[in-house]
This record gives sequence, C-alpha cells and structure tokens, in this order.
Amino acid sequence: MTSNGLFPDWLLRTDPRLKVILLVLWSFHLAFLSTVIAAAVGLSGSFLIYLISGQRNCLKGLKSLLAINSFLIFIWLLLPFSFSVPGTVIYSLGPLDVTREGVNLSVILSLKALAITLGALAITGSSGPYDLLAGARKLGVPEKLTALFLLMTRYISVIGQQYHRLAQAMRVRGFRPGSDLHTLRSYANLAGLLLVRGFDRAERIYAAMLCRGYRGRFFIRADFKFKCLDLGVAWLFVSLGLLVAGLDVIGNIN
Amino acid sequence: MSSETLIKLSGIVYGYPGRPVVLDSLDFILGQELVGLIGPNGCGKTTLLEIIMGLIKPQAGTVEIMGRVCSEEKHFRPLRPQIGFVFQDANDQLFCPTVADDLAFGPLNMGASRQEADEVVRTVLTNLGLEDFGSRITYDLSGGEKKLVALGTALALNPKLLILDEPTNFLDEKAVTRLEEIIRTLKLPGLVVSHDLNFLNKMVSHSFRLENGRLTEV
Ligand SMILES: Nc1ncnc2c1ncn2[C@@H]1O[C@H](COP(=O)(O)OP(=O)(O)OP(=O)(O)O)[C@@H](O)[C@H]1O
Ligand SMILES: [Mg+2]
Repeated sequence: MTSNGLFPDWLLRTDPRLKVILLVLWSFHLAFLSTVIAAAVGLSGSFLIYLISGQRNCLKGLKSLLAINSFLIFIWLLLPFSFSVPGTVIYSLGPLDVTREGVNLSVILSLKALAITLGALAITGSSGPYDLLAGARKLGVPEKLTALFLLMTRYISVIGQQYHRLAQAMRVRGFRPGSDLHTLRSYANLAGLLLVRGFDRAERIYAAMLCRGYRGRFFIRADFKFKCLDLGVAWLFVSLGLLVAGLDVIGNIN
Repeated sequence: MSSETLIKLSGIVYGYPGRPVVLDSLDFILGQELVGLIGPNGCGKTTLLEIIMGLIKPQAGTVEIMGRVCSEEKHFRPLRPQIGFVFQDANDQLFCPTVADDLAFGPLNMGASRQEADEVVRTVLTNLGLEDFGSRITYDLSGGEKKLVALGTALALNPKLLILDEPTNFLDEKAVTRLEEIIRTLKLPGLVVSHDLNFLNKMVSHSFRLENGRLTEV
C-alpha cells in the first residue's frame, strides 16, 4: 500500500494502537447520532478520513462500500412506511403510506451505515490486519481473541483460494450452475469438501505448531512508537467527533 | 541400543479407521546418517513420519526418540523442537502473516527474545537465499517459495535431526540445487521422503523402501 499521491497518507503511518481506538470510538460515535445533519456531516468526515488513508486503489475501496447498500435496501423497503414507523403521512403508494418520520429514520440509518463503513474501510484498509491485531494486543485485548483473528485472516484467503480452485476444477469439467438437482448436489459437495478440508487443515496446522514448540502463546511482532503524526490524526478525529456531536445536539434541540 | 541411535521404531502397527493397516509391525532404526524413504503413493510414508513426530499414535509398537521411549504427548513435546520436520504440504506449515513471523515462531516458543529471534530469521533467510522475503505475506508466495520457507521454519529451531516429506516438491532446478547445498552444509542426520531418486542418490547414504507396511533397505 502506498499513497495515491493526491492526498496525504497520514492514516497509513498512524500508530496501529491509535487506529484501533479511533476505529472503535468513531464507529460508536457515529452509531449514536440521531439527526440527519449530524449523520451527513459524519459521512463527510468519514470521507475525509478515507482521503487521508493513503489507499492506492480508492475505487476498489469505494466499491466495497456498495456492498453495504444491499442491507440498506431492506431498510428502505420497510422503514419509510406507516406500518413500521407511524407518523405524518407525506405520500401514498397504493395501500402503503409513506411517513415523514419513516423516511427521516431511513435517511439517518443509511447515512450512518455508510459513514461507519467508510470510516472502518479507511482505518482498516490503511494497515494490514496484522498491524491492527498487534495494536489491539498491545492495548490488552486477550491473546486468545487476537490469535483467533490472526489465524482467521490468514486462512480466509486459503479457504477462498481452495474454493476458487475447486470451482475452477468443476468448470473445467463442464459444470454450469443451473436450477436442477445436479447443481444443488455439486454445490453441496463443494461446501462439504471445503468444510472437511478446513477441518483437516486446522488439525495439520495445529500439528505443525506443536512441532515447533507451541505451548499456547502467540507472538505478534510489534514495536510501535507514538509520533507527532499520531497526535495530529487523533486531533483530527476529535475535532470531527466534536463537530458531529455538536450538530447532533443542536439538531435535537430544534 | 547405542547412543548413536536417534530414532528406533519397533513393531509399529497403524491403520486409519475402517481401512486396512498401512504400517504392519514395522521396525526402523536411524543412526547418525541421512537416509531416504521411498515407496509408491499411499504406501504410508507420511503416516510413518507423523508417528515419529507423535502426531498420531500407533495402535501397537514403541517409538524411541534420542533414547527416550515416547508413548504420550508429554514425551514428544520437548523432543519435537529438536527435530526439523517439513510437511508435505507447506500450506499446512506456514500460518503466520509474514515470512519473518513464521520463521520467528519456533524460536519465540523456545523462549528466545525478539532480537534473538530476528537474528535467527535473518540467518535462515540468508541461508535459503531469500534475503528479501522477510516481510512477504506467506499466502502470496509461490508453491516453491512456500516449500523453502517451510524448510526455513524447521531450520530456525536449529534441529539435531531433519525429517523432510518430499522437500523437492514444487522446486525448480535451481532451488533443488540450493536445497542440496543447504542440506549438505547442515550435515544433519535424518529421514528424507522423496520420489526424486536423482536428488536422493546425491543426498543420502542409503534408502529404505516402504511396501506392504514394512521397510526394506534398498
Ligand atoms: N486421514 C486419513 N484417513 C484415512 N485414510 C488416510 C488418511 N490419511 C492417509 N490415509 C490413507 O493411508 C494411506 C497412506 O497415506 P500416506 O499419506 O501415509 O501415504 P504416502 O506414502 O505419504 O503417499 P504420497 O507419496 O502420496 O505422499 C493411503 O492409502 C491414504 O489413502
Ligand atoms: Mg506423503
């Protein structure tokens, strides 16, 4: 990961420990907002954070943002209507009444979801998961938990590769998904095989760890230093947080 | 039993559940030399190595490593780090994020400090000719690179004995030559499973063939 050259890559060089804290605080902070304006500014804040996260491939990151939209569809299918959020009716869609409160809630939830995702993308995407885990460990997150995540991040890609290899092997032999029993059975086999292999691999990995003297302790390489830059980034987050919180309070009074 | 004996197997019987036995009262003695182990696919070579490492338990027979009878996990535990074991599939062996982490894993388990472990990592990488690989992500490596790093994880423990399961798999000619050099300079005794007779002939003093659950010298 290198800077894209257009914007500074501060987040890339921020102390992972700080990033873990910021990730948690920023996400919770956004989650508790209750006005449209605050949520919108929160989203802009997340975007700003994203810009300084030094991610080379901005578009790719933004694409993963689209994934969250599939959840938002459900919000928009349910919440705007009077049957879930009663209130002032502003529009009638056949038998369904759209309420102002419902739309308002949907907008807030959507903005917040996007803001949190974008913020998390910026923070996690600007350093490998291992740095973040090392940071979390240094902050006192239990070893079992970080070891779990460590192995998970390591092996998700292995399982992914395995899935692709198997899927390719199926395709090479002329498999085309359809809506028949053969397709279902083939997918069931594929899933079953992935599970069995995953289990098998887990056992072998454990054996490999035993062979190298594993006794239940995991060591993550980490030597962090708190720098001036970290203070700057922390200050940026705090300012954004205060701004958003202020707007939220004002919005609630009115 | 002489003090030279590193591994002594007697009357080992092993069969996977619901299948005919793979090893049938097998005897084996390894002294201070590097020997080869050959045999057709599925004859039980990997199984035999796993029994030596105490990863699976034979249904009958005794395993003696460096003069100590090993029948339980706690007997094997202190001995394993002294044995450099390289798995047939390197994906099973490399589980840390980066190559350096993986190489440091063993030494750290043995109580090395961060600095000592880093020193070991550097030495091993240099020996393998992989100087720039420290920060590489293990799952991004090619099959051959993984195999070399897997060997490195074993060497990082400074073993007294090598057990290699098809070490030349996935390696190109140059890497095989490199591997031969490394093994030659290490001068460690041990057991090498390989289908590459060319490689075996160069490396080992003699070989055993595993067939019908028993070993015969070839
Ligand atoms: N987990 C298992 N469950 C059941 N059978 C197994 C299992 N692992 C191996 N086998 C069987 O035991 C026999 C010996 O397997 P092993 O892996 O030891 O062979 P190998 O000599 O190492 O073969 P290769 O040269 O292909 O690596 C094979 O017939 C194999 O099918
Ligand atoms: Mg094998």
